[in-house]
Amino acid sequence: MTRGQAIGRLALRRLAFAVPVLLVVSFALFVLAKASPFDPIERYFGVRIIGASPERVAQLRANWGVDEPVVSQYWAWLRHAVTGDLGDSLSLQQPVSAVIGDRLGWTVLLVSVGFTLALVLGLLLGTLAAWRQGSWLDRSITGGCYALEAAPVFWVGLAVLYVFALQLRWLPGGGVTTGSEPVSAGGVAAHLVLPVAVLAISQAPWFVLFVRQNLLESFTQDHVIGARARGLPDHLVVSGHALRTSLLPFLTLLGARLPELITGALLVETVFSWPGIARATVEAALNVDFALLGALTVMATGVVLVGNLLADVLYALADPRVALDG
Amino acid sequence: MADLTWRSAPRSRLTAASPPRSPKWRLLPSAIVLGVVALVVLVVPLFAELNEQYVDLAIANQPPSTAHLFGTDELGRDVLLRCVYALRVSLTVGVVAAVISAVAGTAVGALAGSIGGWFDRILMRVVDAIASVPHLLLGIVIVAILRPSLSAVIISIALTHWLTAARIVRSEVLSLRTRPFIDAAIAGGASRTQVLTRHLLPNVAPQVLLATTLMVPHAVWHETALSFLGLGLPPHAASIGNMINDAQRSLLIGGWWMSLAPGLLLIITTLAVSGLSGVWRDRLNPKRRTELTW
Repeated sequence: MTRGQAIGRLALRRLAFAVPVLLVVSFALFVLAKASPFDPIERYFGVRIIGASPERVAQLRANWGVDEPVVSQYWAWLRHAVTGDLGDSLSLQQPVSAVIGDRLGWTVLLVSVGFTLALVLGLLLGTLAAWRQGSWLDRSITGGCYALEAAPVFWVGLAVLYVFALQLRWLPGGGVTTGSEPVSAGGVAAHLVLPVAVLAISQAPWFVLFVRQNLLESFTQDHVIGARARGLPDHLVVSGHALRTSLLPFLTLLGARLPELITGALLVETVFSWPGIARATVEAALNVDFALLGALTVMATGVVLVGNLLADVLYALADPRVALDG
Repeated sequence: MADLTWRSAPRSRLTAASPPRSPKWRLLPSAIVLGVVALVVLVVPLFAELNEQYVDLAIANQPPSTAHLFGTDELGRDVLLRCVYALRVSLTVGVVAAVISAVAGTAVGALAGSIGGWFDRILMRVVDAIASVPHLLLGIVIVAILRPSLSAVIISIALTHWLTAARIVRSEVLSLRTRPFIDAAIAGGASRTQVLTRHLLPNVAPQVLLATTLMVPHAVWHETALSFLGLGLPPHAASIGNMINDAQRSLLIGGWWMSLAPGLLLIITTLAVSGLSGVWRDRLNPKRRTELTW
């Protein structure tokens, strides 16, 4: 069996784990929603339930199937979910798939740019800090990272919003358009700067510290000492020898950071009124809109599982020493 | 003619990581900060004849001054005083939630580790499955079901944070089970329960306590995020998240002090908690010292 086939088998095995996890998570959410004292029929009628005829209420109960056993309800949901019909959102009065479809693009834009920037920052600052270990530069970078790790991301967001959008007025501070302007690439780019920057600096500290730590460890490894002994200048030793080996574990950690990234994006979107899924999530939670909330949670779980799978495959591709039987 | 005098190579820093500075550097400031915070948070509400809910619209939206060190909010409430109460609430939530999740995690981890076999495998798969749901989202779902309240927030944090404790305890129990003193206990006729309660649990206790203290900042942060989203404590209750949430509106009219103070206090307190537990962790297992948490 070639290594390529082995990696393919690894991916298949992980996918085989992902499917039952998604089923279990969605079923658990379903049971939780059913166990809550909340009645979707009462929610639908609101105060009008007092005037509604019992026949109509009973008709709706039968139509919605709310009194059937949980398992058969879940099975009905699952059958429709597979065909792309995730039910209707009670709070937003739209099909769940339409709600997600409208907003997902904005979230993906924010998250992908933010994550890329966080990675670049992490690599640059982490390398700088390790290269000049013990210097004032190293100390200010690591110190700043610890402080940022402890700061809630929405607080950092508000601070940035206040300074750059409200006081200096350099950049717009909320939404994706100003006033009634149509959506344009330039406008979106300007509105993207602050949220992306906040998301990036809230995610970067962990990467910075990780790169720094791994680089410092690699400085004592034989191939780095060998490169230094041959008289190579420091910058070549770092970029050509130390970074290469110390970055390998980085790949798996990209996957491990995905839940934090989703959490961060949720909060950043709220601060900057970004039209992504965060607003919908909070609305859904406040209005006990389980169809929407459940779909969003299962989707986020799916993203995390696929991200972990991709990270592991990348790791296996990058490092031939990685065993593939795990 | 070329200059042949010997010049030493420029000093390179590409050497082994410099030894960490003595723990005193983390221990002292963290201990002092935590001591002051604990004193203020515990003692001030007992003795001071102050009401953090006191509304005085005549002094609303005042910037920091000598009378109100951190200014007043949009209802004329003193921000510093509210911060003290908020920190009290947030820390209580953090500690209670961390303790509950540590107990739950220890129970699951110890059962999985000591019973082993298919039971262990299934339990750990469940842990993996829950761990793949982003924490905050799962917390939001739980709060949505229970409706926002203090107990809902604590339950939602506990339900999302026990996984770490479960994993730690399980792996510790698995490694302890191979040690001779466990064999000796079994050979001496100890039952499964006796081995678990007399030998395994006491030996994982330090690790569990450490994990619990490391969990406190995480739990506080979680509570703050939920409250900020409007899914946490009731709006009138002072909590760090609620205060920052309220301060959002005032930010637009230039009231920066209302969000600055709670945020700074939270950062300083969580840094102190993780600083102290970091020192403790380095003592407990010096080999696993990492710089990822300080």
